Amino acid sequence: MRIGVLCLQGAFIEHIHMLGSLGAESFEIRQKSDLARSFDGLIIPGGESTVIGKLLGDLGMMDDVRNMITDGMPVFGTCAGLILLARHIENDPHVYLGTMDISARRNAYGRQLGSFACTADMKGIGEIPMTFIRAPYIEKVSGNAETLSVVDGHIVAAREGNQLVTAFHPELTGDTRVHEYFLKMIKH
Amino acid sequence: MENRWELNKNLAQMLKGGVIMDVTTPEQARIAEEAGACAVMALERIPADIRAAGGVSRMSDPKMIKGIQEAVSIPVMAKCRIGHFAEAQVLQAIEIDYIDESEVLSPADDVYHIDKTKFDVPFVCGAKDLGEALRRINEGASMIRTKGEPGTGDVVQAVRHMRKMMSDIRRLTSCAEDELFDEAKKLQVPYDLVLYVHKNGKLPVVNFAAGGVATPADASLMMQLGAEGVFVGSGIFKSGNPAKRARAIVQAVTNYTDAKLIAELSEDLGEAMVGINEQEIQLLMAERGK
Repeated sequence: MRIGVLCLQGAFIEHIHMLGSLGAESFEIRQKSDLARSFDGLIIPGGESTVIGKLLGDLGMMDDVRNMITDGMPVFGTCAGLILLARHIENDPHVYLGTMDISARRNAYGRQLGSFACTADMKGIGEIPMTFIRAPYIEKVSGNAETLSVVDGHIVAAREGNQLVTAFHPELTGDTRVHEYFLKMIKH
Repeated sequence: MENRWELNKNLAQMLKGGVIMDVTTPEQARIAEEAGACAVMALERIPADIRAAGGVSRMSDPKMIKGIQEAVSIPVMAKCRIGHFAEAQVLQAIEIDYIDESEVLSPADDVYHIDKTKFDVPFVCGAKDLGEALRRINEGASMIRTKGEPGTGDVVQAVRHMRKMMSDIRRLTSCAEDELFDEAKKLQVPYDLVLYVHKNGKLPVVNFAAGGVATPADASLMMQLGAEGVFVGSGIFKSGNPAKRARAIVQAVTNYTDAKLIAELSEDLGEAMVGINEQEIQLLMAERGK
């Protein structure tokens, strides 16, 4: 099994290290030609969604990545990755990949002073540490999208078929269970 | 506090692989965001103009900073003077995302830096070598950048500082463990920080390049030397076509080893900032705050 990690900007090396600790092979996707390699799952990391979204467009990768996902490629988006996958963003006119039936709110907890860490339940996993950095949350899920975790009344993790998103950053904690969950998604 | 420092280090991790741009107006901030900046540095005058104007340079007007916070959705940073903890308190009060305790402004204290552990907002600080970097981290900085020589458009000092820091780190990793006590003494930092660098071969926080970056190739150079991202100050809005240059530098940082792409990105960018060679400058900002 090989995972492609979108390495345009942000905290991608943390995902690569976490996959490595689970014995999963991974490689960096930095431009269109990298998408031609064969892989079984895609991770879209945290960072700035405006930057990653812009680079997906400028590097001519947006349509290819979107098609891969709609064709069933398992994808895991954290924070900025959640925003890029959302079909609608409440406080931003942009739609990037727009493959997932969720409505996201950017910087939903405010500026850096609003960043926080906590532990909470995630469906199918149990209680896990969660780190929120200038994080979004999901305003609502619709269609086939399913809520996996709620913190303080806000949806912070969801799944729709081959797509998994978290508003928090499992890759910044020592807990590998969300990544293991994603690897299991790929196997099935 | 420990938790806050972790969260603040984490924000810097999110900025990696990105370009942080100096902006002086909401309009410039929007251009920067649109071009793919991962954060902006709000300041009244960019370093090249501070250098040209001379005199005492201070924290920017909070109203001007707020205007920029309202204009963009990406993180907004602002500078305070070295040692000026009251300016830092003001910046925290307006909920800035990152404070740069910066040698670009006139230092307010010629002995002490700000005790950054007293703040909830994160700090980035400049460093010329590993000792300076670890001293700032010990004071609570959660991100480091090279000092370079701001406002010159000359990359030579950023290169010198990044090379020095990387070679200092490589040397520490090859030390025997019983030599680390003496290294801590020489670097004037606690043993634990030295041990971290020895074991991990990197700083405990994110390390960006800054000072004199003006072209996509400059950005690529700094990334290849080990920077995890790039600050561009005067280089963008002192150039002929800021939006195009900004976009090119953003792409160059993502694909910093792809020379063919950087060649394309470097075409028709218009006039680069004029620049001053290091022999021609009177004021070495990098010598402020050690």
